[in-house]
Amino acid sequence: MPIISVRDLVVEYGGRRVLNGLSLDIEPGEIMVLLGGSGAGKTTLMRHLLGLERPQSGSVIIKGVDITRCSPAKLNRVRRSMGVSFQDAALFNSLTVEDNVALALREHTSLAPSIIQLDVWLKLAALGLADSGKLYPQELSGGMRKRASVARAGALDPEILVFDEPSAGLDPIVAAGLDELILLMKQAFQMTIVVVTHEMASAFTIADRIAMLYQGTFLAVGTKDEIRASQNPHVRQFLDRVPDNVTPAQVMETYFGKYVRGPEVQR
Amino acid sequence: MANFVENVGKSTLKHLDFIGGLTIATWDTFRALGKTLPTGNRYRWKASIVQMLQIGVEAVPMVALMAMCCGFILAMQGASELRRYGAMSLTIDLVAIGFTREIGPLLTAIAVCGRSGSAFSAEIGTMVVTQEIDTLKVMAFNPIEFVVAPKLLAALITVPCLTGVCNACGIFAGWIFMFFSTHLGLKLYVHDVFESLVLRDLVSGFIKSLAFAVIIVLVGCMEGFHVQGGPEAVGRSTTTAVVRSTFLVIVADMVFTAIFYFTGKH
Repeated sequence: MPIISVRDLVVEYGGRRVLNGLSLDIEPGEIMVLLGGSGAGKTTLMRHLLGLERPQSGSVIIKGVDITRCSPAKLNRVRRSMGVSFQDAALFNSLTVEDNVALALREHTSLAPSIIQLDVWLKLAALGLADSGKLYPQELSGGMRKRASVARAGALDPEILVFDEPSAGLDPIVAAGLDELILLMKQAFQMTIVVVTHEMASAFTIADRIAMLYQGTFLAVGTKDEIRASQNPHVRQFLDRVPDNVTPAQVMETYFGKYVRGPEVQR
Repeated sequence: MANFVENVGKSTLKHLDFIGGLTIATWDTFRALGKTLPTGNRYRWKASIVQMLQIGVEAVPMVALMAMCCGFILAMQGASELRRYGAMSLTIDLVAIGFTREIGPLLTAIAVCGRSGSAFSAEIGTMVVTQEIDTLKVMAFNPIEFVVAPKLLAALITVPCLTGVCNACGIFAGWIFMFFSTHLGLKLYVHDVFESLVLRDLVSGFIKSLAFAVIIVLVGCMEGFHVQGGPEAVGRSTTTAVVRSTFLVIVADMVFTAIFYFTGKH
């Protein structure tokens, strides 16, 4: 039975359809990568998976609860089994890294402060941030902020982890480190991980399955090999990095020719 | 004509939407208020104390200075007219009643609007832009309880206290004027102040200050939650928060003054 099940999800903003009847099943313990270009609807889909927005129609069922129709109390119960690392880390700037990670433990569990402190330290140490607990988010580098955000997302040892563009804005070495970390978390804790990204290298490193989004619909859902072998023109365009809407040479010449032949250049 | 009707309709709906949103937020915040008490969630109580320091304690010098200036101005303006009728001593009544009923709560509310209302809007607006509010939601926290309720509790406690400070400073400034113009002693001045005041004056000022606190916090916070876009939108929301809350404070002041005036007559 899938842990996350999206059924006929339709989302519209101001009459513009952003998600067009999406359906997707994510099995427990797998890494599902939602891949697609800018404006494909990845982030919108992620926000609906997190229950941050309500769709026009369709359902998002997480652990048997339809989060598009359930009560706020039920939604919060589902959310406690989920952890999220947003694109810009979204750490609470008024709290130290340690407090960011400890927040959910302090408020959602009845653990003793000493146990919480130990748990937080273990999580930060596992992510290479053992010495950074007392720092504020603005004192950290981009990679450290991302790792701190992963530590916070994993604070309650959730069953589902969601990553929004984990490698965005990071250098290749740090990005590769994060990919390793995601794989490690899956292996160590058997978490179900959903990753929203447009970075192909990262997607093909970590994914068990990939769902390829294009203009609000899934072009292909399958394993890495199935996606690589896809002959869908849009999938191929994405994988082969073929630019879209190339301006014809003639138009370019008309446009720039005027300038090249103009008095400013001729002078 | 169709355009005019359309514009009026749009504007009406926009304002109704704002009032509706504010009403819902008020209800949600008052429901969450219990969590901010010492008997509720200790983290919210701690947050409330921090807010009390920011809204109340840090505003004392500014409010005191403004009140002193206004008290002095009111005494001078009042005395210049009352002197002509030989009723110089009524300046004390004017300053005491004027401050406790009206100027104290209003001046404090305007100072808190400018200092804290704008800060609430900027803080929450930034949290929206940096996805901290989304993070709170996905961490199964209620942003109203987490962010707004401690501010409301703090304002409900500190704004009436600040109003008290404002009244005291304004009335004291009135004495400074009276001392230099008539050599009136402080003891006699204080005696005359208490002679002129009745409990109703203090209660009406207290009730007004509570209402103003609710308006400032909720308008400031709601403007922050409505931020869409980047840092520019945060700036715009801050301006809107100050303008709207100042306007609503003055409207509420008029409504309360009318209520006290008409109920007092009978």
